[in-house]
Amino acid sequence: MSITTPGAQPPLTAPPAAPAPAGRTTAIRSQAQTVRRLLIKIALLGVVDAIALFAMFVLVLQESWLVLAIAAVVTVTINVIYLRPGWLPAKYLAPGVFFLALFQIFVVVYSGYIAFTNYGDGHNSTKEDAVQSIIANSLKRVPDSPTYRVTVVEQFGTYGFLVTDPEGEVLLGTADQPLDEVPDADEDSTGKAVGVPGWTTLRFGDLLANQSAITELSVPLSDDPNDGALRTPDGSSAYVYLSDLVYDEQAGTFTDSATGTAYRDEGDGAFVNDDGRELTPGWKIDVGFENFARAFTSDDIRGPLLSVTLWTFAFAILSVASTFALGLFLAIVFNAPHMRGKKIYRVIMVLPYAFPGFLSGLVFLGLFNQDFGYFNQVLLGGADIPWLTDPWLAKFSVLFVNLWLGFPYMFLICTGALQSIPEELSEAATVDGARPWAVFRLIKFPLLLVSVAPLLISSFAFNFNNFNIIYMLTGGGPRDVEAGVDAGATDILITLVYKVAFGEGTGRDYGLASAFAILIFLIVATISIISFRQTKALEELN
Amino acid sequence: MKVTSRSLTITGALAISAIVLAGCSSPAGEQQPEEPQFEGSLTIWVDADRVPVLEGIAEQFEEERGVSVELVTKEFGTIRDDLITQAPTGNGPDIIVGAHDWLGKLVQNGVVAPLELGDKASEFQEVAVTAMSYEGQTYGLPYSVENIALVRNVDIAPEAPATFDDLIAAGQAAVADGSAEYAFLVGLDPNAADPYHLYPLQASFGAPVFEITADGTYDPTALALGNEGGEAFAVKLREWGQAGLLNTNISGDIAREEFVAGKSPFWLTGPWSIPAITEAGINYAVDPIPTAGGEVATPFVGVQGFFVSSESENKLAANEFLVNYVGTEAVQTALYEVGGRAPALLSAFEAAQADEVVGAFGAVGATGVPMPNVPAMDVVWSDWGSTEVAIINGQGDPVELWRAMVASIESKIAG
Repeated sequence: MSITTPGAQPPLTAPPAAPAPAGRTTAIRSQAQTVRRLLIKIALLGVVDAIALFAMFVLVLQESWLVLAIAAVVTVTINVIYLRPGWLPAKYLAPGVFFLALFQIFVVVYSGYIAFTNYGDGHNSTKEDAVQSIIANSLKRVPDSPTYRVTVVEQFGTYGFLVTDPEGEVLLGTADQPLDEVPDADEDSTGKAVGVPGWTTLRFGDLLANQSAITELSVPLSDDPNDGALRTPDGSSAYVYLSDLVYDEQAGTFTDSATGTAYRDEGDGAFVNDDGRELTPGWKIDVGFENFARAFTSDDIRGPLLSVTLWTFAFAILSVASTFALGLFLAIVFNAPHMRGKKIYRVIMVLPYAFPGFLSGLVFLGLFNQDFGYFNQVLLGGADIPWLTDPWLAKFSVLFVNLWLGFPYMFLICTGALQSIPEELSEAATVDGARPWAVFRLIKFPLLLVSVAPLLISSFAFNFNNFNIIYMLTGGGPRDVEAGVDAGATDILITLVYKVAFGEGTGRDYGLASAFAILIFLIVATISIISFRQTKALEELN
Repeated sequence: MKVTSRSLTITGALAISAIVLAGCSSPAGEQQPEEPQFEGSLTIWVDADRVPVLEGIAEQFEEERGVSVELVTKEFGTIRDDLITQAPTGNGPDIIVGAHDWLGKLVQNGVVAPLELGDKASEFQEVAVTAMSYEGQTYGLPYSVENIALVRNVDIAPEAPATFDDLIAAGQAAVADGSAEYAFLVGLDPNAADPYHLYPLQASFGAPVFEITADGTYDPTALALGNEGGEAFAVKLREWGQAGLLNTNISGDIAREEFVAGKSPFWLTGPWSIPAITEAGINYAVDPIPTAGGEVATPFVGVQGFFVSSESENKLAANEFLVNYVGTEAVQTALYEVGGRAPALLSAFEAAQADEVVGAFGAVGATGVPMPNVPAMDVVWSDWGSTEVAIINGQGDPVELWRAMVASIESKIAG
């Protein structure tokens, strides 16, 4: 689309052309106007700056320095653009460029980046988080060990547990000092030690204020680490924990305390032992082109790739062809000059377009049911046709539903295009003795294609990735279970990718999904570029 | 970017202090407060149905413990994935409500922290605590359990069947004398059947999904589907499919419609279907699922509960809130009353037994096993379901299809 009226709005700072004799009042009024505009401008900029400043505060707290730098640069740029006189194009373009960068460029670049990482289930965060998680998960309460009543105490910034053990003995210990008896503790009415001289007893508010230090405090039972250590999840009762995995910070390895097996970081984003067993969770790393390589070598994908690709092309081409044919036919019919009630018919015609695709998919799922569906039961008088469970019929059903969903769009654009073709052309042709079919084939249709062809290409690209209809109607099925692959008879590339990357593998794999998205984009982009070249040739013909 | 109220508070405080510092040049020499005041709050992601109950208990918690609780209403189905993506950014919640079969995935992604129930563990139904455990570690506080059972239309079938063969005989007799149209109903999907609903029948042949280890959790490396019992079940599936007892075109919706219209004596379903049955005025009873293969037909038990995020900085407060506030009889009963799912806390569960339906489902659930919560289940469900469809519809030899499925699942789990 091109903007046909550049500069339709006058620039804000241009004063209205005042007739000379009007004199001072006009001058004052125009000055007042300028001041008002300036004030509005400053107020709007102030709002933008306030929001930006707030965002920067939050970013400082989160220590995201890169984003902070970008935010600062953008804010300064916006202020310069709007405060500096002149630079008119920049004033118009800045908001659009800003949102383009935020919602389009960033998203595309980020997906591109994800394609080169192993981001997905099990590789969700940083290595530090993974180590933390493994340590926390490997701490297990010693089976059948008793509950110890504790009071958390503090001395010179060191926290300790004042423990009343099940026998009623009172012990004190810190992270470095194993539990030892204390003789002079204060006890409450239940016999629980609640204070000891030299130490401050923490109240619940103190506990909350220092909760991460307290929940991480681990007080060894004795000098032997294999006896386990006390930890408290709530500040009032403690349990004996033993870790079945010990982390060696120097070497960066986990060791299984029962078997002695070491788990090392071999650069695959997880701790692995010599048998290849991984500890979960792993963490996110860059993997280069590995995802792209997997896209071509994975058995789940390579096996059905040819048939799925063929079906994807067939589905996209047939969908465009069928919807265009029906839409065009109806457009011509309802373009007849003497027809009555055209508008009502047209509204009815457009209705399927107004329903959400999800909904239509579900409705047709019911209509196509083999035993209870409307098609078999009512239209075909109790037939037993497996509309969605036979591989070929399922393909037909998907195309049929897509035709129902898609023809109104084609009907709309064809109606528009037909109405823009000057009547004189067909009149002249008729005068020259052309039959109606010849008029349509030789004059109207080529003219129609000039404006409609780009939309057909975009419609192809849309149907190439028409996830909703396949997913809602057949879920890609029916599946050939004997073939041993997940791909079903109606799976197109995008639904296959969804299954491999999200649905049915051992977890969601965003890296692989992004790599696929890029590959599919390359296919669609190539086809679109070639087609657009062809369209240009068409334009030159006319 | 999600801005939590905590960061808002800190930002606000920062901004104000910056202004104050800039305004008065004298150093702020105020005395330190004696007791450090806890500024944070607990953020809980919860589905809309659970909000009213938690609001009450959150208020009580704030009053007694001085920690405010912020309830964020979310769509239940999105909570798991949102936690997985948001927890690592540090902007996630402290606590989420969730289903126990999410646990494997949550642990795999390192976003959930262990939760020590302490002596409280024995106050919950054992199956609920087991369900909340993964690889020997407990992670969540359960609040409800639910499972399927056999719902019987008493007007058509006055006697509870002892075995599945009895059920078939009674059902077919009812069809023969015209009092019913279907001998038996269970909702299936034309592409994925429904391994969840068919599982009790499979289990009665002695074929669980994974071997169960000594501590009651599943061993995800030992697939048990492929044992002899599994193959015997496959043969029976084919038989039932041929006899029309199982029909993959009867979806859950259609099964409900037909049962509430009084067209079948038996329906294998869960407590969620009871309101529709009562509304239709069907005279029904809830029975144990009759065995098909000789062993007890144990359904999968689904457990819902609360989990603490591994990135939470308020773990002590979260632990206190869950174990000592949500884990009380009053709250568990209140959650049962809004959700209709049997409470996980034994005392609340026993009180809820006063309701006959809850009692009957609970009795069946007591024999059940938790639905596996290992991440490998994603792989299992898909192959399991489509193979059941193929067997029911007679697309090949049942035993061979079953073996192919086991081989396929094994190769996928091995990666």
